[in-house]
Amino acid sequence: MDLTRTEVGHRAAARRAAARWRGNAVRLGLMVVPVAFFAVFFAHPIAAIVARGLRTDGVWQFGRIGEALAQSDVRQVLWFTTWQALVSTALTLLIALPGAYVLARFDFPGRQVLRAVVTVPFVLPTVVVGSAFMALVGRGGLLDELWGLRLDTTVWAILLAHVFFNYAVVVRTVGGLWGQLDPRQEEAARMLGASRFAAWRSVTLPALAPAVAAAALMVFLFTFTSFGVVQILGGPTFSTLEVEIYRQTAEIFDLSTAAVLTMIQFAAVGTILALHAWTVRRRETALRLVDTSVTARRPRGAGQWALLGGVVATVAVLLLLPLAVLVQRSFAGAGLGYYRRLTEDDGGVFLVAPIEAVGNSLQYAVVATAIAVVIGSLASVALTRRDAGRLVRGFDALLMLPLGVSAVTVGFGFLIALDEPPLDLRASWILVPLAQALVGVPFVVRTMLPVLRAVDARLREAAAVLGASPWRAWREVDLPMVRRALLVAAGFAFAVSLGEFGATVFIARPENPTLPVAVARLLGRPGELNYGQAMALSTILMIVCAVALLVLERLRTDRTGEF
Amino acid sequence: MSTTEQGTRKAAGKVTRQVTVLAVGLGLITLSACGSSGGDDAGPGSTSGGPKTVTLVSHNSWAASEDVIAAFEKQSGYQVKVLEDGDTGSAVNKAILTKDNPQGDVFFGVDNTLLSRALDNGLFQPYEVKDADRILPEVRADGGKHRVTPVDTGDICVNYDKAWFSERKLTPPETLDDLVEPEYKNLLVTENASTSSPGLGFLLGTAARYGDEGWQDYWKKLKANGVKVVDGWEQAYNEEFSGSAGGRKAKADRPLVVSYASSPPAEVIYADPRPKTAPTGVAEGTCFRQVEYAGLLSNAKNPEGGKALLDFLVSKEFQEDMPLNMFVHPVREDAQVPEEFARFGPRAKDPQTMDPAKIAEHRDQWVKSWTSLVLK
Repeated sequence: MDLTRTEVGHRAAARRAAARWRGNAVRLGLMVVPVAFFAVFFAHPIAAIVARGLRTDGVWQFGRIGEALAQSDVRQVLWFTTWQALVSTALTLLIALPGAYVLARFDFPGRQVLRAVVTVPFVLPTVVVGSAFMALVGRGGLLDELWGLRLDTTVWAILLAHVFFNYAVVVRTVGGLWGQLDPRQEEAARMLGASRFAAWRSVTLPALAPAVAAAALMVFLFTFTSFGVVQILGGPTFSTLEVEIYRQTAEIFDLSTAAVLTMIQFAAVGTILALHAWTVRRRETALRLVDTSVTARRPRGAGQWALLGGVVATVAVLLLLPLAVLVQRSFAGAGLGYYRRLTEDDGGVFLVAPIEAVGNSLQYAVVATAIAVVIGSLASVALTRRDAGRLVRGFDALLMLPLGVSAVTVGFGFLIALDEPPLDLRASWILVPLAQALVGVPFVVRTMLPVLRAVDARLREAAAVLGASPWRAWREVDLPMVRRALLVAAGFAFAVSLGEFGATVFIARPENPTLPVAVARLLGRPGELNYGQAMALSTILMIVCAVALLVLERLRTDRTGEF
Repeated sequence: MSTTEQGTRKAAGKVTRQVTVLAVGLGLITLSACGSSGGDDAGPGSTSGGPKTVTLVSHNSWAASEDVIAAFEKQSGYQVKVLEDGDTGSAVNKAILTKDNPQGDVFFGVDNTLLSRALDNGLFQPYEVKDADRILPEVRADGGKHRVTPVDTGDICVNYDKAWFSERKLTPPETLDDLVEPEYKNLLVTENASTSSPGLGFLLGTAARYGDEGWQDYWKKLKANGVKVVDGWEQAYNEEFSGSAGGRKAKADRPLVVSYASSPPAEVIYADPRPKTAPTGVAEGTCFRQVEYAGLLSNAKNPEGGKALLDFLVSKEFQEDMPLNMFVHPVREDAQVPEEFARFGPRAKDPQTMDPAKIAEHRDQWVKSWTSLVLK
């Protein structure tokens, strides 16, 4: 008796061990590609450039980090960077959460258009937006006309621009999940006597928390590493770490200070990410996700209509107005003249007609999206396994790091790290989509993880009991549920590549400029035609982004349900 | 529940197909729009180029007429590839970073404010171009070692908005001294000397004019007179300066800006219809001369091609083609400047200049002092 019992026990243990081993093997298999990708295209270049700055005669000079931190101006930059990121994040959540709710839960005409439109600012290069935003807060801008208020070169301009840029992050990350939460759960709580607020607080809020945390983290990261906005709208008096790193690397060529600042930024970003991973893990619950078409309703009652009106008004003033200024300036005084000029090859400034930048941008973006989606999905699936160990959790944070490293560091790193065959990619076109995918992967992961993790494990187990292989269980259970998140992620990655400027400008070839690079070139030259063409190209960039995003919105709404 | 799931699954199949169709569609559209990054742009391995390719590394203001380049290719037998590497500062820095395994054969675009950094880091190897004796003596540098060859000059000067001054019957300023006069209070916008090349040039101009000690006093006066500092040229010129096309649209209110002597001709050439006269003018006494150099990179993989390309950069054809593409002046004494360029953007008669060695010695310290003096 006893014997058999232990035997059974042994056998069960062996089976468990085998299953564990299998699980580990699968996970490792899934992680190989993303890990290799990050090692070669991220860790290696960054390490190379930091080593240039911090190693003298083969000895690491880590003491320099302490020295730098002791300097008051470094501390000041660090403080300002943190402060403005915190305030920007709070403001963005405050302004964008109602928008996320409205776009997720209300069904109204023009909803898809609105959802696509709010995402456009996020993907526009700062070089374009800076000038547009001046029309809102600068001299002769809307606020100036209305109340004689001028905010340019104040910190308010920076904060508002950050809201402008990151509105979409909150709307898409939070709204994506909000639209799929089963409203019946909240209704059940109401039936059991909970007040409307209590029901929301105890049912919906905990379910949303991971997505809100993810969105807040994203916004914090973007604003913490803000570069163009701070440079253009803040004037030269405000400086963030990112701006300082750029100056030390590209202007002053003090690689050692730049390396120290990079390490500081790395450490800060790492801390944020670790914190975030911890909060998300503590909040994770399996959610019942339903089809979005079930959850969206027409607004009812004055309160809901007012909320909708408020959101639309906010979007109009904060997001559309700056964009409208660009459009207006692209037509002003010339009708379609500037657009026509874009198709002419002037033989000098551009080797090709500026309009060809549209084609280049789209091609790069398609390739970058494909790379980002493959890498990001593999990583997300590996990360959602319940038995994920410490190592995997570290990997989660690692995937986000590219968002916290300055483009100039990556760009310079590419130059000195990827210069040996078989990986001499410095002059290859693939470098551009690779760099863009690096920034795209975190979006894919962040969009997919909350949804993947919310898939009820019991469904998978049930499938396994019925004899499905892990792959088949994943395909039949997880995939249908995450397909929508996948599309959102792809849309984001696509849009991010379209507007990516920082790294692209370092590696794009003159014969294949991308849209943002072409805009920057036009803005860099005096003369009315150049300025007008820059505005026209910016308008085209906006339209291309909006169309790409709209197509994705369309894709998700199939007649049989929204996906 | 189950019906939804079935529906979902059906939809899923459809969506996957749609995505594929979309991706293929986009791919096709873009492929037809431009084939250059599709197939014929060789991937890895093309960096070294064949012996028949010569690669020019430059900053993003590089521009040349296609027919002039084609003529060079035909005559020399080399194919020219151009690699633009960001603005002047970062292009120079990148070239230094990669000097052991350079991205090309020739670097063009290091100016006198950065020259010593390039030379001290051993970026270039000596080569004396064929027409070296045709180059204006005042722009030659490097004490006859021939590691760099001057290619063009440009003047950084204060530009003024003609209409603004004539409406107010006010004479535009002409010299640096004028800029601190009370009638020009709150009119000037300039660029951050630590992040912008014209901003740095303007600072160096004041240092050349008032000396190591005097320039700080001058800037104190300038600050008291309401000078506005923004980060980059684009912003200063397009957003703040009332005389530019962008500034007119943005209702800009500063009629004085630190820009280039070649900005007024650009305002004419890039306007449709072209005005008879430039809407902006140059304050002749505020200019600082920038010289741009090119050189053969130390570890160039195709040094022979690089030498041919350097000869070409100072050839009469290229020198005469340059002004309307890059808005700079030739360095060849016998090069003819296009008529509209000469008419609206004459060379400054007596610009401030400074020896590259002196710039190297003081630049960082000056920029630091300037930052705490003007921006804090």
